[in-house]
This record gives sequence, structure tokens and C-alpha cells, in this order.
Amino acid sequence: MSMFWTIWISVISLGTIIGCYFLLRWTLANKTGVKEGDEMGHEFDGIVELNNQVPRWWTILFWITMVWGFAYLLAYPGLGAYKGFLGWESSNQGILSLAESEEELRKDIEEGAWNEYALEVKLAEEKFDPIFEAYAKIPIEELAKDDEAVQVGKRLFLQNCAQCHGSDARGQRGGFPNLTDNDWLYGGTGEKIKETLINGRQGLMPGWLDSFGEQGISEVVAYALSLSGRDVDANLASAGKARFAACAACHGVDGKGNQALGAPNLTDNIWLYGGTERAVTETLNYGRNGVMPAFKDTLGEDKIHVVATYVYSLSN
Amino acid sequence: MSETSQVKPDYNYKVVRQFTIMTIVWGIVGMSVGVLIAAQLFAPALNFDIPWLTYSRLRPLHTNAVIFAFGGCALFATSYYIVQRTSQVRLFSDKLAAFTFWGWQAVIVAAAITLPLGLTSSKEYAELEWPIDILIALVWIAYIINFFGTLIIRKTSHIYVANWFLGGFMLTVAVLHIGNSMAIPVSFFKSYSIYAGAVDAMMQWWYGHNAVGFFLTAGFLGMMYYFVPKQAGRPVYSYRLSIIHFWALISLYIWAGPHHLHYTALPDWTQSLGMVMSIILFVPSWGGMINGIMTLSGAWHKLRTDPILRFLIVSLSFYGMSTFEGPMMAIKTVNALSHYTDWTIGHVHSGALGWVAMVSIGSVYHLIPILFGQPKMYSTKLINIHFWLATIGVVLYIVAMWMSGVLQGLMWRAVNADGTLTYSFVESLEASKPFYVVRFIGGVFVVAGMLIMAYNTYKTVFAPKNEPVSGDEALGVAK
Repeated sequence: MSMFWTIWISVISLGTIIGCYFLLRWTLANKTGVKEGDEMGHEFDGIVELNNQVPRWWTILFWITMVWGFAYLLAYPGLGAYKGFLGWESSNQGILSLAESEEELRKDIEEGAWNEYALEVKLAEEKFDPIFEAYAKIPIEELAKDDEAVQVGKRLFLQNCAQCHGSDARGQRGGFPNLTDNDWLYGGTGEKIKETLINGRQGLMPGWLDSFGEQGISEVVAYALSLSGRDVDANLASAGKARFAACAACHGVDGKGNQALGAPNLTDNIWLYGGTERAVTETLNYGRNGVMPAFKDTLGEDKIHVVATYVYSLSN
Repeated sequence: MSETSQVKPDYNYKVVRQFTIMTIVWGIVGMSVGVLIAAQLFAPALNFDIPWLTYSRLRPLHTNAVIFAFGGCALFATSYYIVQRTSQVRLFSDKLAAFTFWGWQAVIVAAAITLPLGLTSSKEYAELEWPIDILIALVWIAYIINFFGTLIIRKTSHIYVANWFLGGFMLTVAVLHIGNSMAIPVSFFKSYSIYAGAVDAMMQWWYGHNAVGFFLTAGFLGMMYYFVPKQAGRPVYSYRLSIIHFWALISLYIWAGPHHLHYTALPDWTQSLGMVMSIILFVPSWGGMINGIMTLSGAWHKLRTDPILRFLIVSLSFYGMSTFEGPMMAIKTVNALSHYTDWTIGHVHSGALGWVAMVSIGSVYHLIPILFGQPKMYSTKLINIHFWLATIGVVLYIVAMWMSGVLQGLMWRAVNADGTLTYSFVESLEASKPFYVVRFIGGVFVVAGMLIMAYNTYKTVFAPKNEPVSGDEALGVAK
């Protein structure tokens, strides 16, 4: 902020308070030319006004708040670029990127600056990091037997994951997988779950309408549905089987999917985007793009370890 | 225009009558919508799966209807009445007065259509899209010309204190509305604010808080300064107090907006400054309350028999309470607990229902008999019932929201030994449910009172006409 703006802000803000001060002095001095307590001598539609002194307690309150206001503006940031003599700040102001912010934060923590956010981060790290560091040393499969760790993981899950996967972790329509059914897109070992949480996942199913055409799509849909034992038109399904070669690249020749790619198993009657003929047709026509966000920066690896433990515990 | 004698000028009561009746009508509409959305918060099925009835669309309709339709009509009615009677002249222009009435009703109807359709600029209390914003600006400028025009041709030597507040309210609201609503239209129904990011937020809350400070405070203080001494039949307590609290109030209020943006991307210095000014503001705010309540000294016994005066005085008590609460909530440390909780909703309603609505209702009860040539309201008993319904309703509302708000604030910040949050958001919502029911009941009380007021007004307006009487005689108020 340039010097001009600092002066501008200081003059009008302090000027407002100083103006109130002079106004109060003028009021107390009774410059109206009318004796205290008398009528002012003007009348409006039958209403007259008295020239009473303002209450003393009210005046004192006014002094106190004005003096306090001045003192606060000297102690804390308030007058433009002036930082206040206490050196307080709520967080790093004027940071342009996450990386810069992190760097400044570490510097402030090290220097013990009076940066409220930095102080809170420091306190939380000192208090809570050891708990998660200890948990992170135990393999997930092992940790899942520790009820307390699972409870901590559950709380983190409710705060960070329940928005999409539901507070019961059963997922919801539209591509948010059920985490309790032991059916895994990318693998259900502790380490795989952790990997999913750390880096996120992008499940891309391409659209096939252009290459298959409408008739082709309905054939493939019939075949895909037959894989999980559904009643379909046998002719359509066998025509679909011929086209399935294109799908087999990801979903496998037997349609059992491929966890390395996150390609779902099509034979287990579990459907990420719905298993009705209409929903599957929609999926084949236009494709799907499922995103699991990466939580590396939000939670950190140690906390993710505990969340993964909770998720693992749901089906093991 | 004002050719008639100074003793009995031929006032323009027509526009006052129109706005007074619409105050009651829009009050019922706006508050009923409020009751519906209050019910939706604990029984979401009450939106009947109809998009136009969802909370998200009716909430701005509720706020716009009670602030600008109910409150606005009350301000138009009383300011046109006060400026004529305390200046002893007819309004500057009857045509402009008629334009402001029909223009303002058009704005309200346009709001009632576009908001449920989901057309919104997304700025709180300024949701209306740009064509309506332009109409508001035109009506407002006409209002200002008419009001100040009347002051210029006044027959009294000074300008009465009520008119300072009313004038200050009008000028500032014009600046706020035009400043905050600046936008680039992309179609007839859609525009984008010319401000971006933190600047947009700051503009929005500079507007938002001064909609409270000038529309809902300065304007209604103007109303108070006429109707309290008039109804009490007592002189205004202190002329000097009115001067200092007027100037201090209007110069401090304009700074207070940033307290809505504590702990956000707004720079620290702006937040601190907003907080400091908000706290100093507490004192001049109480100046108005003191001046109103002390005006009653020597006439306290009238509270026993006059429910209209009771409305006015209780409104001042609520004004004092919410102007203490507001600066307290503006303190950053308190705000860290109260912000985003129902405490804020409770605070707004102790101001809006306790202060704004009650002072308006008292003033309207004072006006109706005078405007429609009756000696008094059809039933004083019904006014009394209305008073108790309103008071109980407001208290239920505020207390429920305090409890719910503090509970939410405490639940949101509670952490376990491992540093995780103790409660998920939905748990705090579940905890609030009983308070939402109590708030709804409070709202039903308030609306029931308004319906009684409508009935009482209907019976008064359509009662057999007596000889037209002047205001003072009509009320039997001792001079």
C-alpha cells in the first residue's frame, strides 16, 4: 500500500473519532444559548424539545470507547500500511501462492512471530502430530484392530470424506463408490487405499456413441448386462459380445475389470453409475469421468494412514 | 400547492394512506414467507419439491419483502407525513409522490416474481437484477427530490430532528444502492458485479451493514423522533443529545461493514478498523434510545393504558438491546464464536422484529385513525393483544436463536484429544432442530399479531365516517 493511502485512511478514520470528541465537548459546553433544561424555543407540529444535558454515564462511556479505539489502532493494524506496535497479524497478508504461504508460515513459526495462524498451526502440530506419527508406524492391516485408531479415522472420514461417500461410507449415486462392500476399483489392501487417498484417482470411461452408433451401443449394453446374469435379448447380447473386444482392453476379456486401471468389474452386479439399462446406456454413450481428489496436502500422510485404516476396517 | 393558511395546510395524505395500507399488506406477506421458510428448516418437505418454493429462493424474497416492502413502505408513509406536518406545508410535488408509490410497488412486485424464479445478482439484500435496480434508483431520486423539496419550502424556522435522520437515511441509501449495485449486464435478467474478490465482498458489506445502519436504523429513528413525543405528549428529552448522536451515528456507521468479514481474505487493517468503529458506534446508538425513552419521563403512567405507546417504547428497548449486542458481536474474539451461526439471525431479528417492526406498527396505529378521519382505532383491546403477540413472538424467536447459535458455535469448535473435530456439521444441525421449532412458533405469533392489525385497520377504515379531525384531536393527545 502506498504512503498516500496510508495517510488517507489514517486521516479520515482518526478524523472521524476526533470529530466525535469535539462534538462531545461542544455538546457538554451548552453553546445553544438556551438555559440548561429549558425548552429550545422551536415547535414542530406540537412537539417541543428540551435543552437537557446528556447523561453523565453516557458521556463517560463515549470517552472510554474513543480512547480505547485510538489505543487499539496504535497497537494493531488498522491505519493502512501501519502494522501496529504489537506486531500482530492474523495470517500472512499478501501471499500470492500456496508454496509462498507455506514458506512464510514455516518462517513465522521458527521466528515465533505473532502470527495468529502460525501460532495455531504450531500448537496443533506439537500437540497432535505425535499421535498420528505413532499410528503411521503400524501397518494398516494391523492398526485396523486398534478400536481407538479406527475411531480417530472415522472422525476424520466424517469431516473430510462423508460429503461424497456418505456418513455411513456407503457412497451415493453418480459415481461415489460404496466403501463397505469389499468391491474395489483400485485395490483394497491398506497400501492401495492409502495410495488412492494420497494422490487421488481419475476414472475415465470414454464415450462410445460415435464409434458404435445407437444400435451398437444397445448391443454392447445387452452384453454388459448379461455378464452379471441379467435377462437380456440373446441376439443383441451375442452381437454385443463381438464388439466387446474394444472394451476388453480395460475391462478384460472376461469383463472382470482391471484394478491397475481402475476399470470396474462388470460381472458382480455392482454399478458405480447405476445398473439400469438406461444408466448403462448413458455410461456407454457419453462416458464417465470420476474424480477422487488427492488429500496429500489437505490431511498429510500420517492422517491419511489413519483414514485408510478406517476405510479398510469397513470391509475387513 | 401550499397556498392554504399556516394553521391548517392542505397536506397530501393520499400518498401517506397508500403507503400505510401497503405497510400492513407487505408486512403480512413478508413475515408469512419468513414463517414458511422457518418451517422448512425443520420440515424440508414443505418446499413440496417445487423449485419456486425452495428455501434458497424464498429466503431472499423474505428479506426483501420485510426490509424493502414492509419497512420501505413504513418509511415512505411516515416520512411523507412527518415532513409535511413538521414543515407545515404540503408535499413539494404530488406527482412525484404518486410516482414513488407506484414505482415502489412495481419494484416489490418485480422482486416477488423474479426472486422465486431464481433470478438473482447473488448479493445479499441486493439480490434484484439490474433493470429493477435502475427502477429503484429512479424512485429513490424522486423520493429525495420530493422530501428535500418539501424541506426547502417549509414554513418552520428550523428543520426538525426527525427530518435530519430521514434525510440522512435517504441520501446514504442512494449512495449505497448505486455504489453496490454497479454491474455489467449480459442479458436482461443477468449481470455481473463490476467489483471482484475481496473488493466485491467489502463493497457488499459496506452496503449490507449500512442497509441496517441507514435504512433500518437512521430512517426508523426519524420515525421514532416524531411518533414517540407525539404519542406521549411530552417534549423531546434533549436537543443536544439528538445533535451529537445524529452526527456520531451517521459518521461511525459507514465504517462498520468490515465486521461482517472478520477472519476472511479481507486485509487485517480493514477488519480492525471496522471493529473499532463498530464498538465506538455503540454509544451514539444508545444516545437515540436514551433520548426516546427519556422523552417519556413524566408520562410513564401512559404505558398502562396506551398500547401504541407501549409498542414504541418496547421497540426502543429492543433497539438498545440489539445495538449493544451488535458491537459486542463485532469484536473479533466474540465473532469467532458467533459468525455463521444462528446467533446472527437472532441478532438481526431482535433489530428487525423488535425495533423496526414494533416502531413501525406503533406509528401505523397512530396514523390510521388520523388518515381515515376516525377518532381512534376500532379496538384498543386488539392493539393490546397485538402488542403481546408481537412481544412474546420476538422473545421466543431471539431466545431460540441465541441458544441455537451459541450451541452451534461451541459444537463447531469442539475438538477431540487427537485434534479431530468432535462433531460433524450435520450433528450441529440436528442439535438446532428444537430451536428451529421454537423460532417458527415465535414467527407464528408475530404473523398472528399482524393479521389482527389488518382486521383492526379494516374495521377502522370502513367505520362510519365522522367529521374529519386533525391529528391531535383524533388521538385525544394533550398538548
